[in-house]
Amino acid sequence: MQFVIRRLGFYVVAAWVALTINFLIPHVLPGTPVEAMLAQHPQLTASAVKALDLQFGLGHQGSLLHQYGVYLDHLFHGNLGVSTAAYPATVVSVLGNTLPWTIALVGSATIISFLLGTLLGILAGWRRGGRFDQLLPAFTFLQATPYFFLALIAIQLFANDWRLFPGYGGASLGVNVGLNGPFISSAVSHGILPAATIIVTSMAGWMLQMRNVMITTIGEDYVLAAEAKGLSTRRVMFTYAARNAILPNIAGFALAIGFVVAGALVMEIVFSYPGVGYQLYNAVTQDDFPVMQGIFLAISATVLLACLLADIVYVIADPRTRRRAAF
Amino acid sequence: MAVAVAVPPPQSAAIVPRRGEFLRSMPMKAKIGGGILAIFVLIAIIGPAIAPYDPSATNPNALAAVGPTAQHLLGTTSTGQDVLSQLLVGLRSSVLLGVLTATIATLLSVATGVTAGFLGGVADEGLSLVMNVFVVLPALPLLIVLLGYLPNSGDLPTAIVLSALGWSWGARVIRAQTLTLRSRDFIAAARETGERTWRIVVFEILPNEVSLIAANFVGTFLYAILTSVALAFIGVANFSTWNLGTILFWAQSANAFSIGAWWWYVPPGVAAALLGTSLVLLNFGLDELGNPRLRDSSGRKRRHQRAWRPTDPTPVERREPIA
Repeated sequence: MQFVIRRLGFYVVAAWVALTINFLIPHVLPGTPVEAMLAQHPQLTASAVKALDLQFGLGHQGSLLHQYGVYLDHLFHGNLGVSTAAYPATVVSVLGNTLPWTIALVGSATIISFLLGTLLGILAGWRRGGRFDQLLPAFTFLQATPYFFLALIAIQLFANDWRLFPGYGGASLGVNVGLNGPFISSAVSHGILPAATIIVTSMAGWMLQMRNVMITTIGEDYVLAAEAKGLSTRRVMFTYAARNAILPNIAGFALAIGFVVAGALVMEIVFSYPGVGYQLYNAVTQDDFPVMQGIFLAISATVLLACLLADIVYVIADPRTRRRAAF
Repeated sequence: MAVAVAVPPPQSAAIVPRRGEFLRSMPMKAKIGGGILAIFVLIAIIGPAIAPYDPSATNPNALAAVGPTAQHLLGTTSTGQDVLSQLLVGLRSSVLLGVLTATIATLLSVATGVTAGFLGGVADEGLSLVMNVFVVLPALPLLIVLLGYLPNSGDLPTAIVLSALGWSWGARVIRAQTLTLRSRDFIAAARETGERTWRIVVFEILPNEVSLIAANFVGTFLYAILTSVALAFIGVANFSTWNLGTILFWAQSANAFSIGAWWWYVPPGVAAALLGTSLVLLNFGLDELGNPRLRDSSGRKRRHQRAWRPTDPTPVERREPIA
């Protein structure tokens, strides 16, 4: 119980840090959203500037502490401000339109990548120097390649040259977004190429870690004992060796999720996928600071939730460490 | 007392081999990775001097991007700029950013990791909390937002922001290693002989973490290269300078991919991939140095020598048996 409270305490602190960084960036760094708008529209009058200052609530009024209080108050009421680029849309509505796309696509790609990479790692570590082990250098090269470079080549080949999959957007323009057949099939076919590129580039990390821990684990006496008992190779491999070797992979999920999010941001920009990453890109190019910050908050919250999930799975998977944290 | 200090601690003598042996004992992967990396570092140093053209010089007569010719070995961009020169000049900035980021981040992780692991108690609790928070903060979106507020920043501000967000993982690993080292006998012995804390840290703990610190440096280098290239592609970079990311950015914005100008986008992409792969290979090698069970991937060697068992004494260094 003390362990659970400690971990929850950690997540509260991490969330608070993310909130506070998000608050401090625009207040400490030079320039405000209003100044950014002014740079785009130099003809605005002084009274218009004042109105904007009040509207966006990010002008320098009151003490820093007072502004911090206002910011937290707005946050807890679900008020993330108003988009300067898509005025008068609120940041929350912008997030609501984009977040489901990202979570559906990146979530499923991450799970497939984790399962596939871990399985390949088990096979590679079990028979080292074998067929599966030989795949590792190729995947490593793919992982060390800038993601967008691979993705652009994939679009060129699979979408433009061979016309196998669409390489642009989240679904065809004509279909209505919702739970209907045409939309789902269109969304799935649009998701294949982005998901495949994420999986191919992120698999090496899972595979390498699983392989290395697997190699260390099959040297343990209990694996030798299991083999001596005459258990089937499959049983020794999966329920004895892999069962224990997988723990660091689960623990590494917290770190990996950060990279997945980063890769996903670039993916959405390359594929013009209508998720938060593409939205963030648009916000950067349009100096839409409220949206930028709202997306940073949403991503932080998602990462923290994923870490919490990894924590819970780790505690279930490894009974020895009920008192220790996953990361 | 002076006599006791004069005797060198046996552990550090056993762990740090003589220079020639160290190089030979390096795994093959590390040698290949180190070799490729050395070539890139060399290009980063002399690249701008040997570049045949000014990378930004445009040719007013250029009509379209032209493939490789004798004058332009890697072809030109659609405005007639020489791609090879861009690459030679741009590598310096990319490598410099990687080295800067890796240096700052490694210093940060060693300082916090060793302090937390060695002091323990409240200091450890506090520093660990900070590390864990930084591990879960999503770096790329924060970088985009931060660098979005600091437009046209040079290499140093970018390196500082990158390392501020990239030090925490290494710090956690170093802290864990320091924790296990702290309870070893030779540290206790050093304490008993009255060595000062800073001496124990610098001469007893750090030499035993060299491979870990090196791996951390290499990992951060890779992170910095990949992240800076991705940031430049997104458009959050200083576009008045040349680096791998900005070359790719201009290639992409001029539709080099759809017009099939492969000489424009393949060289910078492959250069980044090769640089990244050399760093990964180097890290594999360092991993094998630290974990001897990962060595000997060729089956032939294993048949003649017994495979490592967990009950074996910790192997510090593999020597061929004297015939």
